[in-house]
Formats: sequence, C-alpha cells, structure tokens
Amino acid sequence: MSSPTTNLTTMPEGPVIKGKISRDDIIMRSGMIVIALYLIATLVFPLYAMLSKSFSTYRFELSQYEFQVSDEVGVFDGTILTGSELNAQTGVYEDLDLSTGSDGRLGVTKFFPDFSFRSPVMYQIRNTAETGRFLVGSTLQDSTEWVTLDSNTFRRVQLRPMKSTGMDNFINYFSTPALFNSIKNSLWIAVVSTIVTVTLAFWFAYALNRSCMRYKGVFRLVAMAPILVPSLLPGIALVYLFGNQGMLKELLFGASIYGPIGIVIGSVFFTFPHAFLIISTALAISDGRLYEAATSLRSTPWRTFWTVTIPGARYGLISAAFVVFNLVITDFGLPKVIGGQFNVLAVDIYKQVIGQQNFEMGAVVSVVLVVPAILAFAIDRMVQSKQVAALTARSVPYQPTPNAKTDRIFFVYCCFVAFFIIGLLAVCQFAALIKFWPYDLSLSLNNYNFDKMDGGGWASYFNSIKLGLLTAICGTAVVFFGAYLVEKSNGFRTGRAIFQMFAMLPMAIPGMVLGLAYIFFFNNPSNPLNAIYGTMAILVICTVTHFYTVSHLTAVTALKQMDREFESVSASLKQPTLKLFSRVTVPVCLPAVLDISIYLFVNAMTTVSAVVFLYSPKTTLASIAVLNMDDAGDIAPAAAMGMMIFYTNAAARVIHLLASRGILKKTQAWRAR
Amino acid sequence: MKRKASIFAAAAAGVMLATSAAAETELTVYTAVEAEDLARYAEKFNESHPDIKINWVRDSTGIITAKLLAERDNPQADVVWGLAATSLLLLKSEGMLEAYAPAGVDKLDAKFVDGDNPPAWVGMDAWVASVCYNTVEAEKNGLKPPSSWKDLTDPMYAGHVIMPNPNSSGTGFLDVSSWLQLFGEEGGWEYMDALHENIARYTHSGSKPCKLAAAGEIPIGVSFAFRGAKSKAAGAPLEIIVPSEGVGWDMEATAIVAGTANLDAAKTLVDFTVTKEANEMYNSGYAVVAYPGVAKPVEHFPDGLLDAMIDNDFEFAANNRAAILKEWQSRYDGKSEAK
Repeated sequence: MSSPTTNLTTMPEGPVIKGKISRDDIIMRSGMIVIALYLIATLVFPLYAMLSKSFSTYRFELSQYEFQVSDEVGVFDGTILTGSELNAQTGVYEDLDLSTGSDGRLGVTKFFPDFSFRSPVMYQIRNTAETGRFLVGSTLQDSTEWVTLDSNTFRRVQLRPMKSTGMDNFINYFSTPALFNSIKNSLWIAVVSTIVTVTLAFWFAYALNRSCMRYKGVFRLVAMAPILVPSLLPGIALVYLFGNQGMLKELLFGASIYGPIGIVIGSVFFTFPHAFLIISTALAISDGRLYEAATSLRSTPWRTFWTVTIPGARYGLISAAFVVFNLVITDFGLPKVIGGQFNVLAVDIYKQVIGQQNFEMGAVVSVVLVVPAILAFAIDRMVQSKQVAALTARSVPYQPTPNAKTDRIFFVYCCFVAFFIIGLLAVCQFAALIKFWPYDLSLSLNNYNFDKMDGGGWASYFNSIKLGLLTAICGTAVVFFGAYLVEKSNGFRTGRAIFQMFAMLPMAIPGMVLGLAYIFFFNNPSNPLNAIYGTMAILVICTVTHFYTVSHLTAVTALKQMDREFESVSASLKQPTLKLFSRVTVPVCLPAVLDISIYLFVNAMTTVSAVVFLYSPKTTLASIAVLNMDDAGDIAPAAAMGMMIFYTNAAARVIHLLASRGILKKTQAWRAR
Repeated sequence: MKRKASIFAAAAAGVMLATSAAAETELTVYTAVEAEDLARYAEKFNESHPDIKINWVRDSTGIITAKLLAERDNPQADVVWGLAATSLLLLKSEGMLEAYAPAGVDKLDAKFVDGDNPPAWVGMDAWVASVCYNTVEAEKNGLKPPSSWKDLTDPMYAGHVIMPNPNSSGTGFLDVSSWLQLFGEEGGWEYMDALHENIARYTHSGSKPCKLAAAGEIPIGVSFAFRGAKSKAAGAPLEIIVPSEGVGWDMEATAIVAGTANLDAAKTLVDFTVTKEANEMYNSGYAVVAYPGVAKPVEHFPDGLLDAMIDNDFEFAANNRAAILKEWQSRYDGKSEAK
C-alpha cells in the first residue's frame, strides 16, 4: 500500500498572506502621516535649518582683491599684488582673523607697512571676482574695475566678507572666553539649582505623603502656584527683596542678588512644582508590607528611610533631577532679569540674535545648548525604561501613622516653603501697586497703565489669552488625535515607532532653540509657509510643538487604560473607527483631554523662551511684555503684568476644575457602580 | 487701546482716500519710530499730500535693520523714515540707498546730512547721551556729582555706575564709539578699562540705566537725555549731567531705498521730511532736531546739550562696529564673572 506522500518541493508556492488593509486602517494611517508631517514641518525642518545656519560663515577672501601702489609722483609701475600675497608678505592677519560675521569689515592699510595717509602715494584696488565687494568709506564697490585712490581715501577702504560654509563659527565660539565661560556658568547654575530644588521638593512631598500633618490640601495648592507665572517673575520679586533698594537686602550680607545667587533662588521657585509633582507621585505609591518587614526586623527609622523609602522613590528622584536640570539650563527669562553680569547660554542666544543680529552665532550657541539638554533627556529615558512596577496586586498601600513630633516638624517645614512661594508672589503684587518705589510708597494703579509702557500694552495681555485659548483648542485636538492613532491603529509598527520618537523630541529641545530655528525656517522667503511668519498662527504652532511631549504622554496614558477590545467590537459591528473615537474614546478620556488643554493654556500664557523670537508688533504677548518692560527698566509694571498672568491662570484653573466636575458628573457616571 | 484706535482710524481714512483719489500711490515705509507717533506723522504728511498713502512697517531699530539687510536682493521698502543713521550707513555700504538731495536740505544743520553729494540720507532728530544722577541716593552714599566722563572713573563711584551693554543697546554703542573718538583708540579703551572697575553691571537696554538711577537702585546711570527728562518729570530725584568732554549721539534719519518703483512719490515724502513743519513735529518727542531754530526746549532737559554733542564720525562708527564690539566683549564680557 502506498500512502500518498506530499513532495514539498513540487508544491506550487502559495499566495503571500497579507492582512487586508481596511478603509479604516487607511484613514488612520493617513491621519497619522498627516500629524507626523506636521511634526516634521514644525520641528525637524526648522532644527535642520538652524544646524545648517550654524555652519554658514563669512570670510574675507583676500585672494579676490588686487592692489597696485604708485611711486611718490603717482605713477604705477604695473606690479599687481593680490590680497593674499600681501598678507603672506606682511603676515598681519592670522587665518582666524579672516573669519567674521555678516557684518565684518577689514581695513587694508596694514598690508602696506610704510603706509601714511599724508603721503602722495596713490593706490589702486579692484575685485577680481564678480562677487567681490569692498567699501570706500561707506560706498559699495562691487565691479571688477580698478579704483584709484589717494592715500587719505585709501585708509577708508574696507573689505567685505564672502559667504561660505565651515566650522569657523564653532572655532570662534570656543576661542571667545566670554562665550565659552557661559557653558561653565550654565552647568554650574543648573547643578546647584537641581540639588537644592530636589532636596526641598523631596521633603515637601514626603511631608504630604508620609506624615499626618494638617492642611495638606492647602500646601499642595500653594506648591503648584509657581507653575502659573512666567519664570522671570521670581527674578523681579528678588530685585524688590534683595536689590540695592531691597526690603531685606541686609540678609545677603553685602552679596549681590544679581548673579548666581539670584538665579538659583529664582530657579528653585519656578522648578519647585515640577520636582514636587514627580516626587510626590513616586512617594504616593508604596508597598506597606516593606515597612512592616522593616519594623519587624527592628530597623531604625533612619535605616528604613535609606533602604526602603529612597530606593522606592529613586526613579522619581532621578526623573525630577533631570527635569529640573533641563528647565534651569534652558530657561532664559530668569537669568535675563536677575543674572547681572553672570552669562548663561540661553541669554547668550538672545544677546547674539536680538542684540547683535548675529544669527549664525546664535545658531552655534543653540547647538551647544541642545547637547546637555538632549543628554539629560536621554539619560532620564534610559533610567526610566529600567523601572519595574513597584506596586503589585498583592501590595498593601502604605498608611502613615500619626506622630505628633515629626508631624509638627514637617508642618513647620511646609509652612516655611509655602511662605517662600507666597512671599515672592506677594512681593510682586505689592510692588505693582506702589506708585514710585522707593520714593513714593503711596498705593496707585499707575503701573497697570500698560499702554504707556514698552511691550505692547493691554493688547499684549489679550493676545496672550487668545494664544492660550487657540493653543489649548488646536493643541489638544492635534495631540489627542495623534496619540489615539499611534495607540490604537493596527500594524504599521515602524511608522508608529517613528511617530513616538517625533512626539518625544520636543521635550529635549529648549524653547530658545525652537524659536530661533523657526526664524531660520519660516522667515525664508522661498519657504511656502513663509506667510505665517509674524502671525498668531506661528505662535500657536510653536507653542503646541514646544509642549507636545507632556501632552502626548498624558493622552497616551489615558488611552492605554482603554482596552483595545473597544476597537474590535466596533470593527465587528462594522462601525467606522472615527465614530468610535468621537462617541466612546473622547468621552471616556475626557479628564485627560481637559488636563491637556489646561496644561497647554497655562504654558502658553507663561512661555517666554520660544516665542521671544517670533512675536511681531501685532502679536505682542503678556509674558514678553513682562520681559520687555523689565528690559526698559519699568520693573513695577513688569511685576503688575506678571501678576495679571498669575490671576488669569489661577482663574483658568478654577474654571477648569468646575468644568471638569460638571462634565465628569455627566460623562463619567458609568465609572460609579 | 487709544493708540490702536487711532491707527485704525488712520488706516480707515487711508482706505477712504484710496477710493476717492484715483491717482493714488502707496509707499511702503520702514520705521523704528514709536508706534504712537506714526499716525501723527502720516496725518501731517497727508494734509499736504493726500494722494500718497503710507503703509508703515514698524519694529525696533535692530530688527528693522536686519529686515532691510535680509531683503537686500529684493527690497520691499520704498522709503526708510526714522531709522538710526548708523543703520542707514550699513545699508548705504550695501549699495541699498538711492542718493537724493531733498528740496530745502541746505537749510538743515550740516551735522544732520550725509557727507556725500547728493546725500544718501538726511537726519531728522538726535538722541544724545547723558548721565542720570540720583541726588538722594548719591548723598546717602556720600558721592559728589561727576562733571566729566573722566570723573566717573574715580574709585569713589565703584559699584555705583551702570551703563548699557553696547552689544545689545544702540545707546551703549554710541557711548563707546564717542569715547573712542574723544579719547582716541588707545585712550578710549584705557578709559573704559578704568570705568569698568566702577560699573555695577551692563544692562541690555539703553533706557534701563536711567530708570534704575531714577529708582535709586544704582545712583548713576549712563543713558540718554530724553529718558532722564521723562523720569525727572515723573518725580524721580534726578539730575541730568552732560559730561564736559562732550557726549555721543545718534540720529534718526530718512532715506530712499534704491530700486523703488515709486521714486517720485518717495522723493515727495523725503522732501516733506526735511521741512520746517516736519521738524516741528519731531520736536514733540525729541529735543534736538535737524532744522536749526525749530526746537522748543523740552522740560527738564539739561542746558548746553546741543553744544556738547561731539562731531560724530558715523562712518567710523559703522565701519568699525563689528571690531569694536568684539574687542569690548573680550575685554569686559569675559571677566564678567560673579564678583
């Protein structure tokens, strides 16, 4: 009997089985591509434009000029020398001297050691290349004709540089001690502020999570207040407290607040809520069984603290440290206000770009600033990916036990921190209401007369609100939809991974760098998107991109809580995914959606760094007005405007809270049984 | 709000004129003049020339300069009305200005007109460096008022003087360039070395030193006279000192952009900018204007300011700007460590 055997080699090849892409998949993938393209156009291209700008240099091309010198009676003997030959003979200019900015000018009399402006010797000069340019006085000569000049006029000849590409800008940067010093200063400030803030925030969070003191809710609220104001506001408060006319300047014992001391104190103020939130989350979840085990092993509280509490919170601490480090090193408003002569990288970018119009050097400093920012971000990501669940199904949540003595110590400590935060805000409000500090202490509303000051007046305040609302609405829509597509679409793994990467990138890019990159990319006349330059649209786009990452992560977290079975059920019911999205996903995730929008609103109101390069006379912003008024010396009105931002944000928070309560009651009823 | 309304009104008026006058020309005018003055300037001009409509593009001096330079190959502006002369010299050196002698330019103070014939630009008004001196705080610190720039290097003023950073402030740069002209290249840097020992810090903007002096934060602020007069009017215990060696200054000036399609209208506008009535109009914001005999004294303005203005070599300032700033930065920004 012969059984039928199958000869595998003779079998015809079967069809390649490929999942069928449904119409829904196509819609979702194209949606994802659209949002990815948005991120590319608003993030990747501008950064690329900035990078290429940092390599664009200007050089004096000496070989492109020819010179002739006459004898005493003005007769030229026909000897023609190029600029580079003259320089080789005399050696007056080093190679580095020839690299310059777009504004560079080079005198030529040094090429002729026996030059005297009184001598009867005549000179001739010409460009050999069509692109060559030099000045006689301030008249431009760009033809290749010989120009004959007497020696008195010849000393007014200035060569102009030619555009080229190379590393010259970076070499220049690292050989300018003033600029190079800023790297050291920035790192130093960031490290000190990080240590101080994380320590303070840790104990504050510890007190709120692990003690039984009273008024925890109030302290939590106070700790979050600094997030509602621009980072430069604490700087203004410090000027009033510790400046030369300060109320408490004796406390500094003669040290100046303008400099590292001021920057560190201010940085602690504005980064405190960020550190506190992260550490508090880490301390909130803890396995009570570990503490029971420690107690039964007769461990001292001190030992328990170091072997149980700290290791349990280590990921939070590391994360907080990197977030604070990044915030401080990339912040620009605070060192601008209180930094005095202490130069830091972020302010250098501003000085180069706004002060000197040296965009190339601004780009170089930006590249330098991106390095530590990306490094800190990458290390943090790496560490976080090692984190494993601390809370398992069998864990018992830790319950603090009352202890009168420690609770009292924690209470005093928290009061101290709260006093620091409220104190700085109160000083600003007080300063805003004083007529003319320190000579006329009567109360007045003069400082609210913004229309009489630099910075755009009340219009800038309303612009800011408009920007906040637009950012909140557009940003939330884009971010949440993007997160949904990434999280819930099928297949297309590579595309999704790339999208995730793009979404994480904005976190690592300092605002100043983003803003500058936008100038290079959008202010290019050959860019079809050039039309949005100088409008509200570019401010909205920039702000959404700047704060994309945190919003994206919030959305992803909320979406992860929803089972993918929703999609399966909807597919089997033959319902389009978009219907599911609008009818089920958005309502279920509404708390997260509201959180994202308030996050975007508050940040749009307070951001300075990214938009400082992008506002136009028609789109001045309140946060920029604070900066500009301080810049012009109108410090009290600056404080007044800063407090207006605070009240607006606080009001937005309250509205957000009420709205969420109302909406949640309606839409989240299913959560209750 | 009021300013916005007036701009709006001017724009509306312009639109109405546009519909009524058929042979109307529109001029794109770049300016760094304060926004609140622009509507007034345009209105005054349109009184005599209703057929030319001005479209303003306004921003700060540095930004307008950068914008003009960036548009070098494809200029968008027809006229520049109210930009620092040093900036216009930069444009001139790029060959971007149309030389034109406006009718009646000979009536202006020669200091205010470009040296070339025909001139590439003509001045409108000047802002002049001065020292703001807070008498109350100075007395508290036992300081005597300085009378010259050299006085400011006296060790008694250590930490009590503040000035703008020339890298970011036009006022700061005109101080530095005036010292280099007054004391010579070497003497100028020596002077600044000595002054640096007394400087509390360098500010970003040119008006801040005076406002800080007015607030008593730092008793002596190197700033400009107009700012000091304003703060004094606001009630600050200030004295405005004109140093005896002379003071640096820069002016706002007007020029035609080369290659404009509306050359005739541009010429008409520039003719207007040198008239007596235009200069009277500038006088409300500036104490020193180009037309001799027009300027009415501005309240709290120091005496003798006009005579103290140095014979400013704008070409020197513009052509050496990059080199001066580099030198300044390496000397004073480098050691600006925390003290």
